[in-house]
Amino acid sequence: MILGFYPGCSLKGSSREYTESVLAITKAFDIELQEISDWNCCGATAAHNFNKELSLALPARIMALAEKQGLQEVVVPCAACYSRLAVTQHELGKNDELKEKISQVAGIEYKGTVKILNIIQLLDKYVIPKIEGRVVQPFNHKVACYYGCLLVRPHAVLQFDREEDPQSMDTLMTKVGATPIEWAFKTECCGAGLSISRTATVARLSGSIMKDAADRGAEAIIVACPMCHSNLDMRRAEINNFLKEKIDIPVLYVTQALGMAIGLEKKELGVQRHFVRVGI
Amino acid sequence: MSAEAKHITVSGLSGEVLEITGVNTFECYQCGKCSAGCPLSAEMDYPPSYLIRLLQTGDPELEEKVLRSFTIWVCLTCEVCYSRCPMSIDIPKMMDFLREKSRKEGKANPKAKEIIAFHKAFLKSIEKTGRLYELGVLGAYKSSTFHFTQDLALAPKAIARGKLHFLPEFVKDRANIVSIFSKTVRKKKVKL
Repeated sequence: MILGFYPGCSLKGSSREYTESVLAITKAFDIELQEISDWNCCGATAAHNFNKELSLALPARIMALAEKQGLQEVVVPCAACYSRLAVTQHELGKNDELKEKISQVAGIEYKGTVKILNIIQLLDKYVIPKIEGRVVQPFNHKVACYYGCLLVRPHAVLQFDREEDPQSMDTLMTKVGATPIEWAFKTECCGAGLSISRTATVARLSGSIMKDAADRGAEAIIVACPMCHSNLDMRRAEINNFLKEKIDIPVLYVTQALGMAIGLEKKELGVQRHFVRVGI
Repeated sequence: MSAEAKHITVSGLSGEVLEITGVNTFECYQCGKCSAGCPLSAEMDYPPSYLIRLLQTGDPELEEKVLRSFTIWVCLTCEVCYSRCPMSIDIPKMMDFLREKSRKEGKANPKAKEIIAFHKAFLKSIEKTGRLYELGVLGAYKSSTFHFTQDLALAPKAIARGKLHFLPEFVKDRANIVSIFSKTVRKKKVKL
């Protein structure tokens, strides 16, 4: 089984443990991930804040390269990249004139034939059906599944899960032995790209998320986005300062939790790289 | 649609929003769900529904306030407004258009200086290398905002965990990336 792989920039840098855990999981289930050759940044928030065509051309180049490589499905673990690629597919898919123009700007023909998979879709489609008998250390903890914004919104574009109170990650975590909690902040914004330019905003938004998870007894937060992760984990000092509390609940990527459940080494999953120590 | 209504929808800034993005601000009946759900409302000068109301008036002075607002820059595009709007008005798409126009016309709110500086540093990094160079972006952001000491405490921890790379990764076809920038954000010599 060969699938395309678009890591994106975060997964190559500050969120390298997300890549490590994605690769560990896919290896364990005999899935070969083939990185898109010469991929570029998706443009993230900055591109669509400044220029619409730039925000479409950067993802279009990525997907056109995947097409040229003969890939049918591409895994995009970062929820923010996933959103930018999905928006581009959506915008270009309904407007041939724009598609042609953006292909011209990107300097490569974009056809729109590649199917992109977010991390939950990858796991649901290729891992969970084979999970029976593989869970050797059930993830026996109360978890807060945190979806954030871009994995589920806007539904008109993504057509994935529910916008309010999504369930896909909760269902997945149940299958590896976890007990997902009912909580109110599943899809509230963490502050995303304001981490550097308005850190106080991130402390407030991520603080409310952490507080609700803590109040409801979560032992771990489970995420699927490097931006959510870095705000909840690397910004914990600012969060605790804002809350005037000391919350030490760890934040794990869904692939790390799953990997631990099937008995992979924590180190192989990059768990030691988090700011907030993972004691579970 | 009456001639009068048609006239309203195609004129002024709201007309431009409709024409370029397809977002019709006149579909808004001010229920306020967007403003209630918006995580940034409290930090905005005009919450989303208020911003749309300003556009609906067609008053050039109020339209000017929209383009000069802090709202459009502090908006995180979290998409809550769009997902909860009973009229499915794509407010984030409208925000993207307003930000682009605001910058082109030199009307960006001064309070958004840091936010814009970060976006600039980010895009310049992508333009150069094709992929984000986190350390480079931080450096460029700090030198343009003079926030030199910010987040210094994070660096050693990030390095110890192998999270900070000292060298950038490069896309091989950098000419391709530069060309994408020159055909889009650098077109018409807009300063990045």
